[in-house]
Amino acid sequence: MKNHVFRPLFAVIGLVVIVLVIRVFYVPKDFGVHERGYMYGWYREGNVSEWKTSVKVKYQGKEYCSGCHADKVQTIDKTPHAIIQCENCHGPANDAIADHPSEQRPKLTIDRTRAQCLRCHLKLVYPTSGRANIRGIDPEKHNPDIECVMCHNPHKPGLEGLK
Amino acid sequence: MNRREFLKNTAKAVAGVTVPLAAIEILSPARVQALKADSSVRWAFLVDTYKCVGCGLCVKACKNENEIPYEANVTRTWVERYVLTKDGKLYADSPKGARDGFTSAKIDLGMGKFQDIRKEDIKKAFFVPKLCNQCENPPCVQVCPVGATYQAPDGVVLVDRTWCIGCGYCIMGCPYGVRFFHPKYHTAEKCNFCYHRINKGLKTACVQACPFGARQIGNIKDPNDPVAKIITTERVGILKSEFGTKPQVFYIGLDEEVR
Repeated sequence: MKNHVFRPLFAVIGLVVIVLVIRVFYVPKDFGVHERGYMYGWYREGNVSEWKTSVKVKYQGKEYCSGCHADKVQTIDKTPHAIIQCENCHGPANDAIADHPSEQRPKLTIDRTRAQCLRCHLKLVYPTSGRANIRGIDPEKHNPDIECVMCHNPHKPGLEGLK
Repeated sequence: MNRREFLKNTAKAVAGVTVPLAAIEILSPARVQALKADSSVRWAFLVDTYKCVGCGLCVKACKNENEIPYEANVTRTWVERYVLTKDGKLYADSPKGARDGFTSAKIDLGMGKFQDIRKEDIKKAFFVPKLCNQCENPPCVQVCPVGATYQAPDGVVLVDRTWCIGCGYCIMGCPYGVRFFHPKYHTAEKCNFCYHRINKGLKTACVQACPFGARQIGNIKDPNDPVAKIITTERVGILKSEFGTKPQVFYIGLDEEVR
């Protein structure tokens, strides 16, 4: 057999070897088959801890807020709005804000829009959902031009809390 | 050597050297068995559709927590509204994934069209929050050609952003349509039960933000877990059970209209 017949074969083998060598260096050591077997558990193990540690928590929860604003939390806790997390209206109290010294701390952006209140207080007569049990308004008839917080205090939502 | 032999040997040689080393590894059943360590945690989600009022605060919190651009029309979790009228018609919508809640009684039909439904005509109407089902047999993981989407030992399906090539097979493979491309990272994206939160002992952002307790998360392998107790002892439903993906998001008050 002549040498020129084998030359393409050598080229193919050479290419395959190069790809496999690159693969050895490119693919991380922790990439492979893990707990759930080849079909579901073929991945880079380091990514699990990356998701656990490198993503920051932004929403801290009501207990965190009450650490400094105990008076506000106590007031609202006596009202039907006690079920609402502070950050649902005040925005997430993420680390960027918490880590600042008090004099340079950026303010949270409070959502005072009508739309924020209408999320729950638009009257929808849906018999098989919780919305049917919430006191609601028709936004086209009930003072359509002003924000709800002009009259209603969200921390004291009852009529006695009217401004 | 004749031509037949030469072709045979060439085929064998090429096939032999191109089989990746990782593929040889799985040919050993003993090794695969040894790797199947049982995790003591299996995260599961419980949604009570009776409690949901469609306020969308969960969607807002999710988008902020997981840095999904607020204006982009993609979201990890969303809320659907179903309205069934007395003449048998079904209307369903989820404007912008309900990130601003349902602040209009009109049904959003898309393309700028809206449907007004008189309250006398409503037979039943309810809200259904949706999110990634973290299936026991996730089809998105099966179809990922590079091992970028995978199932962690605690059952949560995660996406490796450094490894995803953006082929979109997982988006096509998911029967629930919960996956999309992240507008910023350009990799496959989906709910991962706020993996960074639940591993620190916190609730997911949507569970924490929900004022009505319509969403709950728990460990189904812990017999004292309140969520596990409900899932294992009460009547709960899952979405599209006919696909056999075994979703781990369970619904109280699931209706046949919900797909």
